[in-house]
Amino acid sequence: MNTTWSRFNIVSLVIGFAFLYLPIVLLVVFSFNESRLVTVWAGFSTKWYVSLFNNKSFIDAAWVTIRVGLISATCATVLGTLGALALTRYTRFRGRMLFSAMIYAPLVMPEVITGLSLLLLFVAIGFDRGIWTVTLAHITFTMCFVAVVVQSRLVSFDRSLEEAAMDLGATPVTTFFKVTLPVILPAVVSGWMLAFTLSLDDLVISSFTSGPGATTLPMRIYSQVRLGVTPEINAACTILIAIVAVGVVIASIANKRREVQKARDEQAAARH
Amino acid sequence: MKSLGSFRRKFAPWNDPEAKPYISIENVTKKFGNFTAVDDLSLTIYNREFFALLGASGCGKSTLLRMLAGFEEPTSGRILLDGQDMRGIPPYKRPVNMMFQSYALFPHMTVEGNIAFGLKQDGMPANEIAARVAEMLKLVKLEQFAKRKPHQLSGGQRQRVALARCVAKRPKVLLLDEPLGALDKKLREETQFELMDLQMKLGLTFVVVTHDQEEAMTMADRIAVMDKGKVMQVATPAEVYEAPNSKFVADFIGNVNMFEGPVSTVVDGKVDIDIAADKITIRTDATRDCSSGQEVGFAIRPEKIRVSRKEPANSAINSAHGELYDIAYFGDMTVFHVRLESGRIIKAASLNAVRTVEDPLGYDDMVWVNFDTDAGILLTA
Repeated sequence: MNTTWSRFNIVSLVIGFAFLYLPIVLLVVFSFNESRLVTVWAGFSTKWYVSLFNNKSFIDAAWVTIRVGLISATCATVLGTLGALALTRYTRFRGRMLFSAMIYAPLVMPEVITGLSLLLLFVAIGFDRGIWTVTLAHITFTMCFVAVVVQSRLVSFDRSLEEAAMDLGATPVTTFFKVTLPVILPAVVSGWMLAFTLSLDDLVISSFTSGPGATTLPMRIYSQVRLGVTPEINAACTILIAIVAVGVVIASIANKRREVQKARDEQAAARH
Repeated sequence: MKSLGSFRRKFAPWNDPEAKPYISIENVTKKFGNFTAVDDLSLTIYNREFFALLGASGCGKSTLLRMLAGFEEPTSGRILLDGQDMRGIPPYKRPVNMMFQSYALFPHMTVEGNIAFGLKQDGMPANEIAARVAEMLKLVKLEQFAKRKPHQLSGGQRQRVALARCVAKRPKVLLLDEPLGALDKKLREETQFELMDLQMKLGLTFVVVTHDQEEAMTMADRIAVMDKGKVMQVATPAEVYEAPNSKFVADFIGNVNMFEGPVSTVVDGKVDIDIAADKITIRTDATRDCSSGQEVGFAIRPEKIRVSRKEPANSAINSAHGELYDIAYFGDMTVFHVRLESGRIIKAASLNAVRTVEDPLGYDDMVWVNFDTDAGILLTA
């Protein structure tokens, strides 16, 4: 491997990362700004964090977001996993190609369309808009992400594991809970986390489907920004970034550790 | 009457008209769409038998095994196990267990957990499970690995866990799909004998699928040679090797020199076959009915052919003269390739029973090959 750094490499790396992270860094820095003016630095302060936690509308919105996220991610994971199972297992049913394509379609569908169509549906069936309609809408659009993640794991899943379980006397249901689910669990968990993050930062679909008393955090931030950006919002965003960053770092460290341990075990086993 | 060379033990229920078959496969056909994987196949397997299904890939042997396990249902025909029709009985209710080619060990369970899995499904009390697991670990000599996960084991150890897991339930029949396929050569040879010992010790019926003829010959009481979804011959290893019933089986098992030609005379229990192209007249025992003029085949194994510089006494029959074209030295034996004038190569093998030979045969030597009238196999199919 070539390990020498040319000037060109360093410059392109710096520009690339600056492009990606400069806006975020700015936001984080200004969340600690003393001044009320967003773009003028007037010294370090945490007062905007304090005022954020005293702002009831922000805290309410955060709670709504978390509740919607937890419920919708969990439902989407169950439904998405079932869908992935059906699509990878029953390969010989009619219209399988159609169903496969249909599970991918919402991934590329413009959110405006998903949001609008859900709104029309809720209005048509007379479902009062509120936290439950937002949750339903989030289940709808996140479950296909879960299905795709779980499906990619199931493709490499050794079917003979299930056959072995059944051969040893396990009914199909026991086989699923004792063998299939534990083996695909990492994919299911990452599907859940993906669904949760998607739900957490969704603005468009939530705006279409929410009603009074069901304002999510992104909606709150967006409406606040229209009245002018305050450092309070910077603080809120910094907290969100911190949560996501910590989650990603923990997940990747755990993953790395597991891989290293597994590689070590396998080497040790080969030496016997 | 002379009998076949190798003889293993006096276990031969298939020759006993009173013996009741343990597994009866009756006219079983399995189709996948337009493809016929198993074609009107019938077989009987006896209790405590070590039975091998041998064939090239795609011959239907694995499909047959999967039908025994219950993963596939026959399109037509039926399978009886110990007198019970298996149709419609799901795999988890069949008294058979299967060892998978990939071993299919549960990666999230320890060795113990894997072995106990089947017992738990039967609702066996915990103390009995623990005792049975300990017994199985001892049987496959993995006592100190009980708490390991499958990925912490070597290939040979995984194979033994898989074996322990499927014998733990004491099935009526154990099905083994290429049980030694993933092991290296040396380990495979050791494990062959371990499997045979285990089968004797537990008194189970084994049905093993393999494409490795040596493996089948070493382990099995009887072999079913399969091709294109049909059974070509069912017989003991010695019979399959020394008395194949068809050109296919003769050719499939081991090395063989195959001749084809018309019968010229049938006299005194001897058949003369005229191989015009190679200018050879073959005289062989009339082990099958044939008549003058009929096209027949003649198969002879390399080790039944002698090679020498000296012209044999009666060089008009069962003899040919040619150039020593290739010599493959294996240590225990040497295989000579002798090229006749017609261009045909005849393979002859000789055992290197002595260490030193005066004037050994070398490349380009002109030699005679010859064989006895009872050395080859007359084939009419």
